[in-house]
Amino acid sequence: MTQMRQWLARVLLGMLASLFFLFLGVPLVSLLLHASPGVVWSELLQPDVLQALQLSLLTTTLSLFITVIFGLPVAYILVRGRFPGRKLLETLVTLPTVLPPVVAGVALLLTFGRMGLLGYYLKLLGLTIPFTTAAVVMAQTFVAAPFFVNSAKAGLEQFDRRYELAAYTLRATPFYTFRRVILPLIRPALLSGMGLAWARALGEFGATITFAGNFPAITQTLPTAVFMASETDLDKAIAIAVVLLAVSFGLLFALRVGHAYLGDR
Amino acid sequence: MNHPRCTVFLFSTIFLFLSACNTASTSPPVTLKIFAASSLKAPFTEIKSKYEATYAGVSISYNFDGSQILEHQLASGAAADVFVPADQLHMQQASDAGLVGTSQIFAKNKLIVIVPISNAAKIYTLKDLANKGVKIDVADPSVPVGQYGLQVLDNLGKSADYGPAYANSVKANVVSRETNAKAVVQKVQLGEADAGIIYQTDITPAIANKVVAIDIPTNFNVIAEYPIAATKNATHAKEAQAFIRYLLSSDGQAVLTKYHFVTSGK
Repeated sequence: MTQMRQWLARVLLGMLASLFFLFLGVPLVSLLLHASPGVVWSELLQPDVLQALQLSLLTTTLSLFITVIFGLPVAYILVRGRFPGRKLLETLVTLPTVLPPVVAGVALLLTFGRMGLLGYYLKLLGLTIPFTTAAVVMAQTFVAAPFFVNSAKAGLEQFDRRYELAAYTLRATPFYTFRRVILPLIRPALLSGMGLAWARALGEFGATITFAGNFPAITQTLPTAVFMASETDLDKAIAIAVVLLAVSFGLLFALRVGHAYLGDR
Repeated sequence: MNHPRCTVFLFSTIFLFLSACNTASTSPPVTLKIFAASSLKAPFTEIKSKYEATYAGVSISYNFDGSQILEHQLASGAAADVFVPADQLHMQQASDAGLVGTSQIFAKNKLIVIVPISNAAKIYTLKDLANKGVKIDVADPSVPVGQYGLQVLDNLGKSADYGPAYANSVKANVVSRETNAKAVVQKVQLGEADAGIIYQTDITPAIANKVVAIDIPTNFNVIAEYPIAATKNATHAKEAQAFIRYLLSSDGQAVLTKYHFVTSGK
């Protein structure tokens, strides 16, 4: 009887999992099937697609860098800090993920635009952000950073503080402890957060086009190029989307493999 | 956990849900599904309330989007009774694909330049668009309004008054190519772009006091024509034709005129 139940549970598990794999996977495969490799390759060699790919890689790398530099302290303070309004800040940090991207873009315009709350003063200093590559990086960071912060927070929350305390009893400095004890132990959470944030930034479209606009080589990222192409030529749009998918798959897969390798060490 | 209570709650919820579904299906009015270009949203929304008040039993359901997306949805088998793209090209493509019947022009539109009310770049005439450092926002050439904008610049470039140098300077001042005219309006309205090229009809009451319009003379302007047709697989073909007739009637044309469309009445 128990064996029968185990068997049933296994079948059910397998069925649920494979159905969901299919649900997630088949739409991607159908994109691949629609675009022949030759077409994808010739699209990739188009100067505008290549430019968009380069810009996407550059801006997402920068936005990931900024996200980690600023996001890690934020996660640390939210987990370890004991101050009034912490719960409020915690909620606030997650909010950009629920904001429709276009609204996020408008919010950035109203803040950093020429007529924006801060942008007005930046303009006096001779800095205008909209329609620049910097605006693309800012839009991506704004939308993607919460994924990293939340993942880093989860890592820090699950971290067993006894390791840290042990390091202190051995007279390690807080910085040394953070770098040599805490960081390696929460690395899986950080890496998965980085992967998520990077992927979200790479796919970012709504906030970017609203805040940074769309101009080849300056603000046109791959997702924007896909959308623009879909206005006239759906096949071209799908071919560029396949390029986007291939790049994402390559980098995320490398991250997983690298992660497994580092984890084994 | 109190199981009987849970079960009672669950069943009453299901029952309520089902009965709600029932009431919805007992009085079925004809729902006319209209796929229309985004630029028609304002007048069509008003026409819907007028039409539904006149013709009891017909309710209109709109799907507003870019012409290309609508055409693709039609081709993919989306259920629609009426197709109203923003240009002849997409109607022609839909017609070639055998998706729609004969089409008729019911309204026209033209391009206009807008500047923010603050007008920091001091743009008062078309010539000022070529000034150094002016940030111009346009629609992408892949959408009709962007294509028309380029045609206007070409027309200006060919004229003795403006010349090719003018057209090139204006093109060099373009900082962004948006997906639609509304996005251009948004950036000009917020003062982020110094000028934008849009349809005359994009100046809605909501933004009328936030931007200033600069006319483009008719000899340089591009006139966009709005065609309408019933789809071949319309579920309510009779009602679709009635709607098209209404749009062409003086009542329908009056609403379009109100929203700055160029109509046959003028």
